[in-house]
Amino acid sequence: MGLGVDWAVQWLTLSARLMSEHREELIALDRAIGDSDHGENMDRGFQAVMEKIAQTPPETPGAALKLAAMALMSKVGGAAGPLYGTAYLRAATALGESTEIDAVALAGALTAARDGIVARGKAELGDKTMVDAWSPAVEAADEVLAVGGDAVAVLAAAAEAAEVGAVTTDPLVARKGRASYLGERSAGHRDPGAASSALLLRAAATAAGFPEGSAE
Amino acid sequence: MTVGLVVVSHSRKIAEGAVELAAQMAPDVKFYPVGGTDDGRVGTDLEKTIAAFEAGLAEASGDGLVVLTDLGSAVMTAESALEFCSEPDRVLLADAPLVEGLVAAAVATQGGALAATVKAAAESVRFGPQPTLNAAGPVQSQGRGEPAESEEFELINPMGMHARPAAKIAGGLAGLDVEATVNGVDGTSIMELMSLAVGQGGKLRVEAWGKDASKAVNYVRRLVEQGFGEI
Repeated sequence: MGLGVDWAVQWLTLSARLMSEHREELIALDRAIGDSDHGENMDRGFQAVMEKIAQTPPETPGAALKLAAMALMSKVGGAAGPLYGTAYLRAATALGESTEIDAVALAGALTAARDGIVARGKAELGDKTMVDAWSPAVEAADEVLAVGGDAVAVLAAAAEAAEVGAVTTDPLVARKGRASYLGERSAGHRDPGAASSALLLRAAATAAGFPEGSAE
Repeated sequence: MTVGLVVVSHSRKIAEGAVELAAQMAPDVKFYPVGGTDDGRVGTDLEKTIAAFEAGLAEASGDGLVVLTDLGSAVMTAESALEFCSEPDRVLLADAPLVEGLVAAAVATQGGALAATVKAAAESVRFGPQPTLNAAGPVQSQGRGEPAESEEFELINPMGMHARPAAKIAGGLAGLDVEATVNGVDGTSIMELMSLAVGQGGKLRVEAWGKDASKAVNYVRRLVEQGFGEI
């Protein structure tokens, strides 16, 4: 059984809830090495996503992600806006008009999202950015897919790998984004974008029915 | 018939302030400042940026738009807006310091330059001593042999070499297929030309290499003889 529009809407709804719940934590991370607005920006961005969904309920997963992309790009304000916006937009394009997404399509969408972030931000693995969460997530998703995992297993693997990836940013020196102005002083803090990416991918797995927090 | 200039900043005040400054030297140029979010916070806004691109494309009478940005996410927002824009081929993103780049772009635009030249004028601005961009280096005349053209001019305008003449020289030279130095510094760098601090009666020695060498010398001669439009 594939994932439908209900999953996509639930994903975005849980994302909005997580961004609200973790708002202060993301602000604190961003205060250490950035401009301390990531938590507020993501919270506002996903509130805008929820408003858009309420106004025009999407009919396909792709349409839901496209709607989210537009809202995030316009309402987030910081670098996360164009980055997540591009990610969701590329994922939406990859999913096309499908009403049901299987594991293959899902892994393809995750890859497209990661590639969009890389293209927009021009960051590489190890630059202490959200790429450090997304790239391991995509690899883990592909591995699960290769051994015949279903869509839920793909998302669960991606979420767990993203969480590990976010933690690996702690000791890194930032080479992209606002934190790169700090140079060596950026080491010892988790990248806020990698942290929010891990939360969003966790929301995707939870929305698909994977038991919350079981990968912790 | 001028190119439109778009400024995408995190701050409405920066966008409008940079435009205010540049417009002093370019009264006929259309500027489109975009800054801050729609609820007044610091940040960049895709919708407003797309709207500015579309307004500029509809109104600007030149061959397109040139976009100046401040920090990282403004660049990303401008790139995203380009993907949604109706005529992306007519919108050029300049990789330049915002204020100095905008001034250079504005002066080049005021002079009737095409979009590609305006972008080059903005990108010719660099801070401080010019780093060598490639092995040959844009500044050192050593190793390039005798210049194809060279000539010395006396400044007749009362103010001598200040921001506007420097921007005019740099903007024009940036659009030519030439490597040119003025008193030994990069002729396409506003900051270096200003740092020469040549006053009225002082001399500018132009040396030029490349296909447009004589055009470059003639261009500077015309500006100097006209007193940069100040007399």
